[in-house]
Amino acid sequence: MGPKSPVYEYLRYKKKFPTVWCPGCGIGTVMGAIIRAVMSLGYEKNDVVMVSGIGCSSRMPVYVDFNTLHTTHGRAIAFATGIKLVKPHLKVIVVTGDGDGLAIGGNHFIHAARRNIDLTHILINNSIYGMTGGQYSPTTPVGAFAYTAPYGNIEPDFDVVKLGIAAGASFVARTTVYHVVQMGKIIEKALKHKGYSLVDVISQCPVLYGRLNKMKSPVEMLRWQKEHTVDVRVTAKRSPEELKGKYIVGIFKDEPDMPEYVTEYQKLIDSLKEGATKR
Amino acid sequence: MQDKGKPTLIQGNIACGYGALAAGCSFFAGYPITPSTEIAEFMARELPKRGGKFIQMEDEMGSLAAVIGASIAGAKAMTATSGPGFSLMQEHLGFAYMTETPVVVVNVMRGGPSTGLPTMTSQSDTLQAGFGPHGDYCAVVFAPSSVQEVFEYTVKAFNAAEFLQTPVVLLMDETLAHMRERFVHPPADSIEVINRKEPEMPFAWFKRFEMTPDCISNFSAFGDGYRYHITGLTHDQMGFPTAVSREVTDGLEKLRDKILNHKERFTYYEKFMTDDANWLIVAFGTAARSAKQAVIEARRHRMKVGLLQLCTIWPFPDELIAELSRNIEGIVVAEMNMGQLIREVKRACPRKLPILGANRYDGVLITPDEIIHSLKVVHGNKER
Ligand SMILES: Cc1ncc(C[n+]2csc(CCOP(=O)(O)OP(=O)(O)O)c2C)c(N)n1
Ligand code: SF4
Ligand SMILES: [Mg+2]
Repeated sequence: MGPKSPVYEYLRYKKKFPTVWCPGCGIGTVMGAIIRAVMSLGYEKNDVVMVSGIGCSSRMPVYVDFNTLHTTHGRAIAFATGIKLVKPHLKVIVVTGDGDGLAIGGNHFIHAARRNIDLTHILINNSIYGMTGGQYSPTTPVGAFAYTAPYGNIEPDFDVVKLGIAAGASFVARTTVYHVVQMGKIIEKALKHKGYSLVDVISQCPVLYGRLNKMKSPVEMLRWQKEHTVDVRVTAKRSPEELKGKYIVGIFKDEPDMPEYVTEYQKLIDSLKEGATKR
Repeated sequence: MQDKGKPTLIQGNIACGYGALAAGCSFFAGYPITPSTEIAEFMARELPKRGGKFIQMEDEMGSLAAVIGASIAGAKAMTATSGPGFSLMQEHLGFAYMTETPVVVVNVMRGGPSTGLPTMTSQSDTLQAGFGPHGDYCAVVFAPSSVQEVFEYTVKAFNAAEFLQTPVVLLMDETLAHMRERFVHPPADSIEVINRKEPEMPFAWFKRFEMTPDCISNFSAFGDGYRYHITGLTHDQMGFPTAVSREVTDGLEKLRDKILNHKERFTYYEKFMTDDANWLIVAFGTAARSAKQAVIEARRHRMKVGLLQLCTIWPFPDELIAELSRNIEGIVVAEMNMGQLIREVKRACPRKLPILGANRYDGVLITPDEIIHSLKVVHGNKER
C-alpha cells in the first residue's frame, strides 16, 4: 500500500499517524477492509459517520476521514441511534470491541438489534480487554488466560452470532482478520444492507491475549484463525467432533425485508401528516 | 396544540414539553421514571406530528447518548429524568460538556438517595446538578418555580445550551412537575429563540473547537460537509486527542471560561421586597413560593423581610449574594434537602452574618410557617 494507494484518500494520514496500535494487532486490517468497502460502494466521505466506544478498537475513528465520533465505553450504538434518526441518509458505522459491545454495551447492542435500526456494527473481537491491559471479556473462551483469569477463565463465552440473530439483527456475519478478502466482501454487504447489520470480526491481540495464551507472534495467531474456522456453507458436511472448538464464519442471516426502525418511524410521521390534512 | 394567548390549566411537566417545542426541540430520547414521565409521553405524542423524533431507549445512559448523537447531527434535543436516572446520566453530561454539545437535561427531583421517595417532592439533587460528572465541570442549571416559569426556563435552557454549546440542566421538583396551574402560551413571535453558531469559512479552515475571543466556536452538524473528529478525550482545536500540557490546560479553561464569560447574561433571578429588607430569604423552585408567602406574613408582623429567588443555580451567582447581603442582618436559605444551597450562600456572602437553613426532607412541600420559624431563630440570635 504505497502512498498512491487510493486508501490514503480516506485516511487522516498527514495528521494522525502512526496509530496507537501495537505491531501485529488486527485492528488496522479491519480499518483497511472498512475503507475499501466504503470506496467500492462509492460513498461520499461527507455521508459516512463512524462512531466508536472506548478501547483499542474504538480508537479507529481518529484515523479515518469521515464524520467521526469517539464516545464513552459501551455506548457507541446509542449515540449512533440519535445520529441516524436525525439524518437517515448518513451511513452510520459503529465500531466496538468485545468488552465494549457485549459487556458494558450489551444492552444497547441487543436493543438496537431488536429495533433493527439501520446501523453497521463492526465488532472487533479479540477475546480480551486490550486497552486496559488484558482482562477477560465476554468472548474469552473457557480455560483461556487473562490477567483477571490467572488460573484460566471459568465463565462461558457469548456466541456473538447467535446473540445477534436472537436479538433481531437482520444481517449477521462472522469473519476473521486472516480472511481479509472475505471480511471486505462481508463488510461491503453489511454496509449495503438496510437494517441492523452485525459483523463479528475475530481479531488478534498478540501482546496480551497471544502472550498470555502461548501464541507468541501475530503470525501464529493468524494461523490459529485459519485453522480454527469453518465456512458456514460446509458445516453441514462436518461431524460434531470436527466442529468442536471451531468458529463458523460467513453470513448467517441476511433478511433485507425486515422492517427497519427509521423507515417505520418515517411512515408514522407521514401517516400523522396525512391524518392532519384529512381532518 | 395549546391555544396561544388563551389561559389553560396544565401541569409543569406539560409546560416543559411546550417550552421545548417552542424552543425548536425536534428530538427526545428518554426512559420512563416518576415524576418526569409525562414529559416523555407528551413528546412521544407531539414530536412525530411535527416531523420530529421520539425514542424510548433501554436506559438513561442510552437516552442521553442518543440525545447527544441527535444534537451532533444538528437537532435540538432533550431528555427528562429523575434522581436514579440523573445519576446514570452523569458520565454523558461530562461527555456533552467535554465535546461542547448542546443538550437539555430535565431532572424532576424526587426524594433520594437511591430509590428514595419516588412520588414525593425534593430539592436534594441541587449539588449533584452542579458537580455530578467526574472531572472539573462547570454546570449551567436553571430552576423555575411556577408552571408559567417552567415554559419560560425550558426555552431559556435551550437558548443557553445552543449559545454556550454545553449541556444545560433544568431542575424541577415533583410539586412543580405535577401541579396544575394557570398557563398562557405566549405568541410564537414573542419568544426569543437562539441557535448555535455555524461556520461560514471553507472546509480547509474550519476548526470545530477553535479558540475564539469569547471561547465560543463554530458548530457544524455531522453530514453538513465539514468533516471533523469528536472525542471525550482532551483534544486540540481540531478535535484530535492531545496530552500536550498547553493544549490540555487551554482546552479545559476554554470550557469553563465560555460559561463564565457569559455568566451575567444567563444569571436569572427574581427579587421580592428586597429594597428595604433587613432580613433575606434565599430559595428556588417551589420552596421559593412558600418563601414568598413567608415574606408577606412576616411583613404583616413588621419584620422587614425580602426574598431572592434564584432561577439560575449554577454557576452560582456569588455577585448577587454579595450585593444583596450589603444591608442585611441575617439570611435564611429555604430548601427541601438537608442544606445544600446554604453552603454556597455562606461561601458567597462576604460579611459575617447569621445564615440559617429552613429545611424539610420528608417529601412534603416546605411551608411558610417553617420558613418564618427559621427567620425568628435568626432574628433572635441577632438580638441576643
Ligand atoms: C465506564 C468505563 N468503565 C471502564 C472503562 C475502562 N475501559 C477502557 S477500554 C475497556 C475495555 C476494552 O476492551 P474491548 O472493548 O474488548 O476493546 P479492545 O481494547 O480489546 O479493543 C475498559 C474496561 C472505561 N473507559 N469506562
Ligand atoms: S493491546 Fe492488543 S488490541 Fe490493543 S492495540 Fe495492542 S495488540 Fe491491539
Ligand atoms: Mg477486546
